Amino acid sequence: MLKQYSFDKTAVQTFDAQTSLALKTEDLQVFYGTNHAMHDANLAFPKNQITALIGASGSGKSTYLRSLNRMNDTIATVTGKIWYHGVDINEPNVNIYEIRRHIGMVFQRPNPFAKSIRENITYALRANGVKNKTELTERIEKSLRGAALWDEVKDSLDKSALSLSGGQQQRLCIARSIAMAPDVLLLDEPCSALDPISTVKVEETLLELQKQYTIIIVTHNMQQAARISSQCAFFHLGHVMEYTPTGTMFSNPQIPVTQDYISGSFG
Amino acid sequence: MNAKRKDMIATVIIDLIVAIVVGILFFLLAYILIKGLPHVSWSFLTGATDSFDGTGGIGVQLFNSFYLLVLTMLISIPISLGAGIYLAEYAKDNWRTSLIRSAIEVLSSLPSVVVGLFGFLLFVVKFKIGFSVISGAIALTFFNLPLLTRNIEESLSAVPRSQREAGLSLGLSKWKTEVGIILPVALPGIVTGVVLSAGRVFGEAAALIYTAGQSAPVTNFADWNPMDAASPLNPFRPAETLAVHIWKMNTEGLASNAAALSAAASAVLIIAVLLFNLGARVLGSYLYRRVTASK
Ligand SMILES: Nc1ncnc2c1ncn2[C@@H]1O[C@H](COP(=O)(O)OP(=O)(O)OP(=O)(O)O)[C@@H](O)[C@H]1O
Ligand SMILES: [Mg+2]
Repeated sequence: MLKQYSFDKTAVQTFDAQTSLALKTEDLQVFYGTNHAMHDANLAFPKNQITALIGASGSGKSTYLRSLNRMNDTIATVTGKIWYHGVDINEPNVNIYEIRRHIGMVFQRPNPFAKSIRENITYALRANGVKNKTELTERIEKSLRGAALWDEVKDSLDKSALSLSGGQQQRLCIARSIAMAPDVLLLDEPCSALDPISTVKVEETLLELQKQYTIIIVTHNMQQAARISSQCAFFHLGHVMEYTPTGTMFSNPQIPVTQDYISGSFG
Repeated sequence: MNAKRKDMIATVIIDLIVAIVVGILFFLLAYILIKGLPHVSWSFLTGATDSFDGTGGIGVQLFNSFYLLVLTMLISIPISLGAGIYLAEYAKDNWRTSLIRSAIEVLSSLPSVVVGLFGFLLFVVKFKIGFSVISGAIALTFFNLPLLTRNIEESLSAVPRSQREAGLSLGLSKWKTEVGIILPVALPGIVTGVVLSAGRVFGEAAALIYTAGQSAPVTNFADWNPMDAASPLNPFRPAETLAVHIWKMNTEGLASNAAALSAAASAVLIIAVLLFNLGARVLGSYLYRRVTASK
């Protein structure tokens, strides 16, 4: 029997005016038809830090994350505000294609294009008008280095991306995203299909990348959240229950529901 | 009876059924080829038919079949590509879409002779185009469209959703994602479907008897201006195809060797259709390796 927790008792941190924020949501709600999947999410994401979103399956982590770069546009109704550089990007008239170039996304299952490694990175760049050969070559190397994949593939850039291992494919997907030079990177359980060694590689990559990017990552793995994130948001049944610095969340959770989740005595 | 035994019996039965199917196919092929091939010669493949008794070669018919095929494909591929992309990617799941789908299903189940008669009434009689390549091509398009559209839609839908999300998440437009990422992955399947349908179109007779006509006027193969009446490329001339020719030989062949001639023509037709099937496989897997860059 699932324990009932009050949704009124939450502990969500805010940031003072000195902290520069990359992204912030205000009363974000998501509806799949009549299913109210996300209630009033008020979260702010500090620049150049990793924020982890944790919570049980079906608690709305992906739903929330996908709303941030408007990937839910055709499947759900999203209300509320998403502040990005002083603009509410949840307005109907913003250019969603532009937004997605600034807010990149990496999915749970590696989904490289059925093209060569090189084209995986250059295809979207070309479509966005980067045609210069030297610049493309530079971007390929830079993004593959950024994703810690360069040494493994530099001699086989024309091989099919599908011939890479799962972990390499996932890092290629990260490279593909950062090649667009976004400033926020959204990752939805990027390591769930990977073995421990590939996972470590991806984590190291992310820790390196936070110097340049703001990273928001959904994870089921609490050790992972503890290892890499600066703050952590805990989702429960479509509500953000607690949002605190990662150290606090794991050593001293503020409310009963988080305590139970962290200690594993949940539900 | 234990599970292992049951398993064995089921396997034997299934093997037997497969053997029967394959056996029938080989028997048919062997029969047609053995009866027909001895009568096939270079002069038979390239010669003209005697318009009175039907003796002579099948050169013009063979050309007509290919020409009609090319014209049909030129008309039907762009239309079905558009329709397939629309159905797979853009159509909302509502009553209008299901109406379109049922319409396509009905169209695909129309007997080809009915399509032929419709083409006859509309193009040949009403629009006064007469028995012609173009009337035949349009009739064939009617019966080719639903299959091609379905094939294209299915090939596109088989591409995982995650590929679309990858494209969209990089800021690519839906159309760009569709054409640049999804279509190449689906292309081998689409091409296989196109070539297979080419085989069907090539062998079709009923839809052509009253549209492309049953006469193959001797054409001047030195004249490639489509505007000239005697040019083989003129789309408004009547054009008996190989399949129609075979049908005609068997119903009203006057020649003493009509049976042999029709067997020879059948063998040629069968070989052409087999080549299409083979081509579909080779081209499909070649394209797959090309677009996915896997060597
Ligand atoms: N495409 C969709 N259409 C309808 N409902 C959906 C859709 N995606 C998610 N939902 C619903 O929204 C709720 C939250 O789902 P979501 O996928 O966001 O959970 P999650 O926290 O990411 O879970 P998981 O850890 O299993 O990935 C669930 O009740 C789910 O059924
Ligand atoms: Mg999820």
